[in-house]
Amino acid sequence: MGDKVLMKGNEAIAEAAIKAGCRHYFGYPITPQTEVAAYMSKRMPKIGGTFLQAESEIAAINMVIGVASAGYRVMTSSSSPGISLKQEGISYLAGCDLPALVVNVERGGPGLGGIQPSQSDYWQATKAGGHGDYHNLVLAPASVQEMASLTIKGFELADKYGMVAMILADGTMGQMMEPVEIDDIEIKTVEKPWALTGTGMKREHNIVNSLYLKPELLEQKNFERYEKYAKIERDEAMFEEYLMDDAEICLVAFGITSRVAKNAINEARAKGVKVGMIRPITLWPFPKKAFEARADQCKAFVSVEMSMGQMIEDVKLAIECKKPVYLCNRVGGMIPTPEDILSKIDEVGGAK
Amino acid sequence: MAVVFEKPHALTDAPLHYCPGCTHGIIHRLIAEVIDELGIEGETIGVASVGCSVMAYDYFNVDFVQAAHGRAPAVATGVKRADPSKVVFTYQGDGDLAAIGTAETVHSAARRENITVIFVNNAIYGMTGGQMAPTTLPGMVTQTSPYGRDVEAVGYPIKVCEMLSQVDGAAYLERVSVHDVAHVRKAKAAIKKAFQNQLDGKGFSLVEIVSTCPTNWGVTPEKALKFVESDMLPYYPLGVYKDIYAEGGEE
Ligand SMILES: Cc1ncc(C[n+]2csc(CCOP(=O)(O)OP(=O)(O)O)c2C)c(N)n1
Ligand code: SF4
Repeated sequence: MGDKVLMKGNEAIAEAAIKAGCRHYFGYPITPQTEVAAYMSKRMPKIGGTFLQAESEIAAINMVIGVASAGYRVMTSSSSPGISLKQEGISYLAGCDLPALVVNVERGGPGLGGIQPSQSDYWQATKAGGHGDYHNLVLAPASVQEMASLTIKGFELADKYGMVAMILADGTMGQMMEPVEIDDIEIKTVEKPWALTGTGMKREHNIVNSLYLKPELLEQKNFERYEKYAKIERDEAMFEEYLMDDAEICLVAFGITSRVAKNAINEARAKGVKVGMIRPITLWPFPKKAFEARADQCKAFVSVEMSMGQMIEDVKLAIECKKPVYLCNRVGGMIPTPEDILSKIDEVGGAK
Repeated sequence: MAVVFEKPHALTDAPLHYCPGCTHGIIHRLIAEVIDELGIEGETIGVASVGCSVMAYDYFNVDFVQAAHGRAPAVATGVKRADPSKVVFTYQGDGDLAAIGTAETVHSAARRENITVIFVNNAIYGMTGGQMAPTTLPGMVTQTSPYGRDVEAVGYPIKVCEMLSQVDGAAYLERVSVHDVAHVRKAKAAIKKAFQNQLDGKGFSLVEIVSTCPTNWGVTPEKALKFVESDMLPYYPLGVYKDIYAEGGEE
């Protein structure tokens, strides 16, 4: 315990999940998340857990539903095209109020796209990728250490609120190696009186279900779920600020782009440009309060993304369009460079 | 006074919503009787599918999860893997099991998941109002095969027991029918065996029950039962398609 080891981001997720008490993993091979499955296939049989390579991502997410309804911690991981296939199951998990962890190590799209890193599943992750009104908790790690800590946090939040927690990482995060410390933790379990454990002839039968044929009932269910979401938006938003105290330009970035942005900020600061960053750690709930506080202070915001501008909408909403919001982006597996970001900073009036 | 006829304990008091003369009701009763006789109500977990039987969770006195269309065997895999001491069964129609869920069916059999699959083959999509199913007979008229199923244009029905008998992992496959009393008795024996297999750890067991849909076949319940005998059974012959533990079986 307390030892730092060198690990790939994908392996850190797997090890952290095991530390969090997850003993059931279902997946289907896809680059660039394969190491999660490989790690689980080695470890699970040794600790009495389940590793199962399913026939498809659809089957995998439905196996997740089975374990979740029985009341156990469970996860699946995939990359963008596979996550698209899981959306039906994720919608059912939401409709049944079941906890589970879903990991998306994103690659470029649409379609088969490419295998290089991307953040272009932001909308799919944060705006309900499947059918119906719902949200997932979306956590965006920016280091291998966070791949581990947010995995543990994800399991805890999923259990606490009865919903899907998604780790939205990009291929870089999954493949990158960094020293990481994954300690044994005290597993925070919650009571699951709704779980399918068999009646034991001692109670009424439990039913895990998302079907409500009476519209009044289905409406009520949606209202209740949104009360839960409102509480989460109040209580669970996470973000990091970097050099924001005197910032006039605020970069907004998560995952790998937030690390590139930090380099760019350091260079700009050396030239005397007052630039800082808000790094959302939860993408849903989006940390609106952090932006409210900075909307008057800053003269411009720059959303740095590896998508065609998906997060930028949330930034605009969070500052209620009080200030201009610019986009600095690369897509298709390309990562913005510090130079890309610096020239954007110049362009929006940060030149000294 | 002696009680001569009772509702099985494993059925709830909820009134079944099935159409008059529909054989889903008989099949529910048989499963419930088997659960009672094996004394497994307290440890059984059902997986409902999407089809007319979607609300099976209201009818059985056991814990239940409602699965997406075709995904019941995958959900059952998860439930069973989470706690192998539980008795897990799915209840699926032909559209569910043999069209949208074919992959989940074949692969749960291939993995020899220790689950019990109750497969209701009524040759039609009942719940959505009578469209062509993967099991609709050649020439049979449905809402989406108004001129009769033309096999040249839309292909042939899937014979699930025959198909799965080629899958090494499947342990027990039997096709039964519920069109008369004698066959109902046989159907119950098959269902019981499929549950007993699971208790004995024998792996994937599936009972295909040739069933009726008088409403969407557009006939009376009586004629529907006759149609089973005259048209369905010649295409879907009854019998044990695989039993690896039987004498002369594979293992
Ligand atoms: C993904 C998806 N596609 C389509 C449907 C619509 N649907 C509901 S029931 C059903 C057919 C069910 O037929 P079958 O499995 O044969 O069962 P039966 O109703 O005949 O008992 C369909 C297509 C759905 N609910 N979900
Ligand atoms: S539509 Fe057909 S299968 Fe469905 S309940 Fe009615 S008769 Fe039975």
